[in-house]
Amino acid sequence: MNATITPACKPGDYKSDVKPIWCPGCGDYHVLLAFTRALAELGRPAQEIVLVSGIGCSSRIPAYMSCYGFHGIHGRSLAVAAGVKIARPDLTVVVASGDGDGYSIGGNHFIHACRRNVDITYIVMDNRIYGMTKGQPSPTTEPDFDTALAPGGTGLRPFNPLVIALASGANYVARAFAGNPQQAGALIADAIRHPGFSFVEVLSPCVTYRPDQKAWKERVHPPPVEATDDPARAARRLMTDDGFNIGVLYRGNRAPYGPRAAAVVHDLAQFESEFEF
Amino acid sequence: MADDPVSVSVALLGSGGAGVLTTGQLLLEALCRAGWNGLLTRSVGPQIRGGEAAALLRLSAQPVECHSGGFDLLLAIDWHNADRFGSEIALHPDALVIGDPSGGAAPAAMVPSSARRGDLRCAELCKLHPEWRANMIALGAAARLLAIPDEVLERVIDDRFGHKGEAAMAANLAARRAGAEAVAGFALARSPPPAQANHGKRWLITGNEAVGLGALRGGVRFAAAYPITPASEILEWLAPKLAQVGGSLVQAEDELASVNMIIGASYGGTPSLTATSGPGLSLMVESIGLATAAEVPIVVVDVMRGGPSTGIPTKSEQADLNIAVYGLHGDAPHLVIAPQTIPDCLLSTQWAAFLAEALQTPVIVLSDQFLGQAQGAIARPADIAFVGRRLRAEPAGGAYRRYALTGTGVSPMAIPGTAGGQYTADGLTHTERGVPTSSAHDHAAQLDKRRDKLEQYDYGQLWATLEGEGDTAVLTWGSLTGVAREALTLAANRGVRARLIAPRLLAPARPAAMRAALAGVRRVVVVEQSHGAQFHKYLRAHYDLPADTRVLQRPGPLTIRPTEICDALLAERAA
Repeated sequence: MNATITPACKPGDYKSDVKPIWCPGCGDYHVLLAFTRALAELGRPAQEIVLVSGIGCSSRIPAYMSCYGFHGIHGRSLAVAAGVKIARPDLTVVVASGDGDGYSIGGNHFIHACRRNVDITYIVMDNRIYGMTKGQPSPTTEPDFDTALAPGGTGLRPFNPLVIALASGANYVARAFAGNPQQAGALIADAIRHPGFSFVEVLSPCVTYRPDQKAWKERVHPPPVEATDDPARAARRLMTDDGFNIGVLYRGNRAPYGPRAAAVVHDLAQFESEFEF
Repeated sequence: MADDPVSVSVALLGSGGAGVLTTGQLLLEALCRAGWNGLLTRSVGPQIRGGEAAALLRLSAQPVECHSGGFDLLLAIDWHNADRFGSEIALHPDALVIGDPSGGAAPAAMVPSSARRGDLRCAELCKLHPEWRANMIALGAAARLLAIPDEVLERVIDDRFGHKGEAAMAANLAARRAGAEAVAGFALARSPPPAQANHGKRWLITGNEAVGLGALRGGVRFAAAYPITPASEILEWLAPKLAQVGGSLVQAEDELASVNMIIGASYGGTPSLTATSGPGLSLMVESIGLATAAEVPIVVVDVMRGGPSTGIPTKSEQADLNIAVYGLHGDAPHLVIAPQTIPDCLLSTQWAAFLAEALQTPVIVLSDQFLGQAQGAIARPADIAFVGRRLRAEPAGGAYRRYALTGTGVSPMAIPGTAGGQYTADGLTHTERGVPTSSAHDHAAQLDKRRDKLEQYDYGQLWATLEGEGDTAVLTWGSLTGVAREALTLAANRGVRARLIAPRLLAPARPAAMRAALAGVRRVVVVEQSHGAQFHKYLRAHYDLPADTRVLQRPGPLTIRPTEICDALLAERAA
């Protein structure tokens, strides 16, 4: 990395002049604030950062920031980000997603991104609902949550993204809470600094379709113990976790996806000899 | 009257894993080294081992772009499931059929009653000499019948197997001799044409390899891959090469990921490509639309196979034209380019990479199984100047407008890392700055821009192959271009002149250029390999065709033969 460190960056430097479309009181405003705080803490110039997203309320975030952004299609942000980072290892690549985009339509990419361990950071704003399409159940919605699409609830056990991430090979697993942007920003910065695929689940309340989530601020708490680098211990903790432990839960030391090799062939004619006869 | 192209055609048959395709490759290499030209295609069943496999080889003094009307020699290591080839392998009435009587009987429907027959007891010989391989016996027999000099063949065998040690080589050569001796009493009804000594620098290359080299020549330095028949060889060829030139290839978890990875890499400034077949293209179309909207250059190669659904993965068809041209939702202009021959796989892919960068657009390259897995001798393709160059932005103060409305429709693109160029690439309808909008005005402005940049560009002569003259034209595309070219020669030898019009650029359509190409044409024969006459309907949608337009069309995998097109032209004239 040939990162240019610009001292005295302020969170405001990473905000754009585009006005968010989010509902008043949406947790994503705080995630935006946490993002800008994290980038200011890291101090990389905005032009060396790429923020990739998919589709959903959370995925609108790139337009609201001053770094390079890519707002793609539903569920595929991790693939776009892997392409950016593998072709351009000099850039800092961060992905923003939501529980529908990241865990449902993009679920397969989530598993393989963890496994591939490219040095990118994945921030999922989880509000346990499809907000942009007006309130359908997502993979993390509680089984008895009543919606128009699933009257009486889905009856399905919620997806546990942190356990999936760990089992699939993510190199860093943390949970943040949008209601504490200072702490969330510090966690995002830590995740970006950590090599390999870093995953941060951010509990980000949807005040419109999930007003019950306003109570989250009473439920969140620090994890009872320090982060571990032992996947077996982390697995046990995550399987028994109440879903509201806020902090770093696993900090692995797996080598990231290999860097690009330097060119050793400078003239394509060298490849032609295999065809000559 | 001129002679029809003189050639000899050989079909080698055997169970999958028996080494038929290797035999075909060795035979092709030997005959090319001996001074002929040749084309080798494959037709195989779905099984990896134990299915049916055919290597179809045509030898000629001239460059070969297609198969002829029939085969002169059918040589079977065994007859296991040979009936499944049915009419794919049509024999001349005076063909020679050589097979192992212990390996079953030749399917009656396949062998004309007038054909001559001979035995090649591969199984028995291999039982006597356990170190021999049946396909080496078959190789020796076929090479003798084609009059390939022994020393040329033995050198080819040595190049391929010499590393396996002296004992293995001795066994291969002994098996080769036994095969040759077994057919000593036979000769082909048609002798091979005289070999030629001076061909200049030639390559033996497959269409899929040519696509890979074309991509590199065009500047592609990133590829994402998901395995699929019959496109995987492109990706396997590129994997080590990209690493050596400082690029990279990533195996993705699916085609949704592979296409989005190349979009990401290209957004980062690296010319990027993926290759797939119909099922993969179906998964990619949503993302190709994103590349259109966000104006990210990418190249997607579709090596077409039989469809719909899983279809016939191992055999050729031209039925992905509709999805390639019309498959994207919304009004999503993009380029579709179809290579016509093996060397054109190189040229067209290189052109595609060049155009993708120049026009900041996705390009779909429509190859097919016939071309992709065909191996042929070609003259070394010249180096051409198509190396992708993207119009880059170096913003200096003020708000950068990524999607600025310009005269050409192409807007300078800022690459991440460029200070002051920050913008969000977006699949949402956006303003010139890239900010999401739902305004009718902005929507129309960006739709116009993306259409105009492709419509206004000067694609030059490469848009189509235009040959011959006369008031009758054969209109075709892709791998049937070579077939039509030979049909025109056959027709000319019978006093009927016709034109060949084969668009390489299928989207956007070029109405003015097609009008000029069709000037004076009163009769058209449309030739295509699709059940639904997709090409004919495409032509009808975009171009004015004469009232006397006929369609010669059928689905894959039964290749349309030059003789069929020639017959259609003669019938047109008679009518």
